[in-house]
Amino acid sequence: MLKEILKILEDDARITPQKISTMTGAAKAEVTKAIKQAEKDRIILKYKTVINWDKVGDEQVWALIGVRLIPQKDVGFDAIAERIYRFPQTRTVYLVSGTYDLIVLVVCQGSHEIADFVSQKLAPIEGVQETVTQFLLKRYKEDGEIIEGGEEVKRQPVTL
Amino acid sequence: MSTNPKSQQRKYHTSQRVSQISPSGIRKFFDLLTSIEGVISLGVGEPDFATPWHICEAAIKSLEKGYTMYTSNLGMPELRQELSRYLKENYNLEYDPDNELLITVGVSEALDLAMRAMLDPGDEVIMPDPCYVSYNPCVILAGGTPIMVPANEETNFEISAADIEARVTRQTKAILIGYPANPTGAVMTRDKLAQIAEVARRHQLLVISDEIYAKLVYGVEHTCLATLPKMKEHTILLGGFSKTYAMTGWRIGYAAAPREIIAAMTKIHQYTLMCAPTMAQVAAIEALKSGEESAAEMVEEYNRRRLIIVKGLNDIGLPCFEPKGAFYAFPSIKGTGMTSEEFAERLLIEEKVAVVPGSAFGQCGEGYVRCCYATSLADIEEALSRMKRFVAKHKAI
Repeated sequence: MLKEILKILEDDARITPQKISTMTGAAKAEVTKAIKQAEKDRIILKYKTVINWDKVGDEQVWALIGVRLIPQKDVGFDAIAERIYRFPQTRTVYLVSGTYDLIVLVVCQGSHEIADFVSQKLAPIEGVQETVTQFLLKRYKEDGEIIEGGEEVKRQPVTL
Repeated sequence: MSTNPKSQQRKYHTSQRVSQISPSGIRKFFDLLTSIEGVISLGVGEPDFATPWHICEAAIKSLEKGYTMYTSNLGMPELRQELSRYLKENYNLEYDPDNELLITVGVSEALDLAMRAMLDPGDEVIMPDPCYVSYNPCVILAGGTPIMVPANEETNFEISAADIEARVTRQTKAILIGYPANPTGAVMTRDKLAQIAEVARRHQLLVISDEIYAKLVYGVEHTCLATLPKMKEHTILLGGFSKTYAMTGWRIGYAAAPREIIAAMTKIHQYTLMCAPTMAQVAAIEALKSGEESAAEMVEEYNRRRLIIVKGLNDIGLPCFEPKGAFYAFPSIKGTGMTSEEFAERLLIEEKVAVVPGSAFGQCGEGYVRCCYATSLADIEEALSRMKRFVAKHKAI
């Protein structure tokens, strides 16, 4: 049941427990309880909004930084990753397979701030071997939402 | 158009057969609808999802590779093989891909072919009322006579074997059913279907079973008519891709039936359609091979909307039977004192919500309206709140 609730919430965080109750057949009190518990258990981390910032003319600059690490004894990559993800500029930090060890999404006001972050904060960290900074140029899809949907496809208003 | 005045004087009489069938009851309504802005439509009969991308991509690739020619009249061999496998896996039915399956331009064509292949003038076909709008005209156009069996809310919009049997005459050739049903959303239980099958066997009647909504069932199991004891030889099974895989515009469906019947249907098909569109056939192969997951996701989503709309309609005073299939709710509007056509028209004008009058689907649909929930949750909720206002206003009078 929790999975069902989470799926509904993942698509629309603003939906009420009452509606979830109707959709799932679970009692409203049960739904509320399950959500509260999931928040407590950090299964639900946060309720956020997917925004198309480009339309607002925001100055934010996004960069995806590939980071190669030298693993440290006993702690592996986790300790270095923590030193990186503690910086508030980092929005997302993933350990990945392939050419880089970490992929770090950094959001700053202007490209110079990103340059400063990389050269002064990220690169000097012990265990960081190499960084490759890729600036985001254009968003096509954000969190599952296609940004420019193109032409809206119209259905016939009535079909039998 | 010609400017020659003489040619304008010439009047042609359309065929008597065509004159017998009435134009779709909602034409006028449709014109009104398109003239109003800001309408939320619950009047559609198709998914709001686009065809899953992997299916589109398979078709695009086939175009790039040059698959732009006719296929076999029966349909591409690979599609028939996949379909045969699909029917075996889903229903444990064995259909020979070379002789017992025909790929058609939607179920609509398959239905027309079935009627034209099987009916002689005067043959009677028994069918539920209300039912999908094509059933009646297809029988008439093929020279047959439709015989209606009421499907009432009291019996969950299922038709009964006894009611069918009471209408069997010497002229009865076939029974035509479509469950899960458009417009009611009703699903037939296996027991009730078995009783109908028994009547069919006893009177040697063919059953044409339109199972286009087979995959859209909620918490119940769909029974394929041909799986009932000894029914495969008495059944023309019609199915398609439109509703399950959100492929309405591709126009692709199929018929599965005993070989003599498929042979007869193929005769008409080869002279009138040649073959179903090649790219749509390629898309259908992809749908059968790997469309199950995307289809299941859509069903999950429909189910959530279904529960919202059914509860919503009941809450605002439009009693609604719980539909277990398709994507329609069929609430009763009798409490408003209006006919279903009046209700639909006034709801459209006063609150800009489009629903389809139940009377468009047969006499027994009077007193109901069809509300399709294959539309976004936000629209469903907005429509419900407008309908609430409408019902409250007209109840007071």
